[in-house]
Amino acid sequence: MSALRKWDINLLQTEKKTLFSFLFLYAFLISLIAIFVGMLYYNFEKDLMLQKKRIELQKYANDLIKRLKYLHYNFDKDQTYPRDKRFKSAIYDSDEVCIFSLLDSKKIDLNKIIYKKDNKIIYIKLPEAYYLGAMYVVVEIEDDEAWLKKVYGNLIFYGSFFLALVLTIGYFLLNLFLKPMKDTIYLLDRFIKDTTHELNTPVSTILANIETIRKDDLDKKLFNKIRRIEVAAKTISNLYQDLTYLILHNKIISKEENVNISKLLNERVEYFKIIALSKRVVFKTDIKENVYLFIDRKRFSRLIDNLLSNAIKYNKIGGEIIITLKDKYLSIKDTGIGIESEKIKEMFERYKRFDKSVGGFGIGLSIVSMIAKEYDLNIEIKSKVNEGTEVIVSWKK
Amino acid sequence: MEKIALSLLLSISIFGKNLDKNTTNIYEKNCVPCHKKFPISLEKLFFRYLLKYSSEKSVKQALIDYLKDPNYYTTVITESNLIDKYGLKQKTKLNDKELKEAIDIYWEKYKVIGRLK
Repeated sequence: MSALRKWDINLLQTEKKTLFSFLFLYAFLISLIAIFVGMLYYNFEKDLMLQKKRIELQKYANDLIKRLKYLHYNFDKDQTYPRDKRFKSAIYDSDEVCIFSLLDSKKIDLNKIIYKKDNKIIYIKLPEAYYLGAMYVVVEIEDDEAWLKKVYGNLIFYGSFFLALVLTIGYFLLNLFLKPMKDTIYLLDRFIKDTTHELNTPVSTILANIETIRKDDLDKKLFNKIRRIEVAAKTISNLYQDLTYLILHNKIISKEENVNISKLLNERVEYFKIIALSKRVVFKTDIKENVYLFIDRKRFSRLIDNLLSNAIKYNKIGGEIIITLKDKYLSIKDTGIGIESEKIKEMFERYKRFDKSVGGFGIGLSIVSMIAKEYDLNIEIKSKVNEGTEVIVSWKK
Repeated sequence: MEKIALSLLLSISIFGKNLDKNTTNIYEKNCVPCHKKFPISLEKLFFRYLLKYSSEKSVKQALIDYLKDPNYYTTVITESNLIDKYGLKQKTKLNDKELKEAIDIYWEKYKVIGRLK
């Protein structure tokens, strides 16, 4: 049982999709919060900087107003606008028309008191009287943006810390979210494992004993009964092989070798003939001799078995199974019920069954898919409803 | 001969009138002469308006309002001795169009915009 607990849980595609959706939503919300907090912090620091600069700018503006006052009363003698190295300035009348400007900034928002635009800090003061007609005295200085570097530094440092924290929380949340799903899958697989384990010995005994029976000595009635028992036992044996593979495929040590696919395919067709016969399904084979593939024999056998089993299971009574083997190409085509094209993608999902009238757990194609992925085999399914399904397995090597 | 003399006299008279119109405008004719006698120059008065009303539109409107209805509340003359001595200005006899023209000339003559260096 300890081996069972170590058993890895493979999530289905739909479950993965749900998880990714959750992660995306979580990441999106966290990003929104992070951006909002970041913006609040940025604005707070900017306001703080502007408040500090305001005192300095207020002094500059007062100096300028004094000089404007002097100029106002002596305009007949001097018309030179006051200039200062420490700042640039401009004056605007009550209709916000520029009287004179030395500013770099073109457009000034006179409704504000102090603000930052590009790399300039702009301060607007309303003098006590309209010297030279100026209702607004604007003072502009350069912003060295030292505060901004500090803000960015803090944002990166604390932002990374915050992100790491929420991602950790997210990971725990995800585990919490997954737990019931994992538990369910774990229970189901444990049930299958236990059941499987108990199936092995009796099925093997039945099949071994059937093989020892001399069929030629039997009368037709008894022969048919024995044949039906053999079909049933082989079906259970097949199911047992699938379940074992599904549960223990990570633990089974694979033994890759150059496998004669032609020979193996003929053997498996022979094995399934008796099962096919129960549905009066006929095999038509076009198997090229000595086609080799470097693969684990047992696993490729599982792949063929599942494709043949499905071709029989979903075939019509008296239907056909056409098997073609060429170099790097295997096709198993049935004349069965077929499937809608939009459902083909879902066929590889574990426990997915489209026709519940026939037996099975819906694990056959899931196993095919797993083996194909492991050995880089390409699987293509062509299907037409009520005409049949063709599964094409191809490989590069 | 008499006809020639009459035409010449008429031409001189018309030319004289045009010359008069070009050299002395409505502002100079109606405002400057009286203000020459006043101790505060028109330029200083302009800056008093500017100090109080700021923009072109406001200054011009204040001037129109005052010239149409001069009173103690709206005058820019704060020196009481001057008011005592010269009294308040008489209401303008210019019509609205003439008044506007005179004020426009006054504004253009002393405005700050364009004169600052």
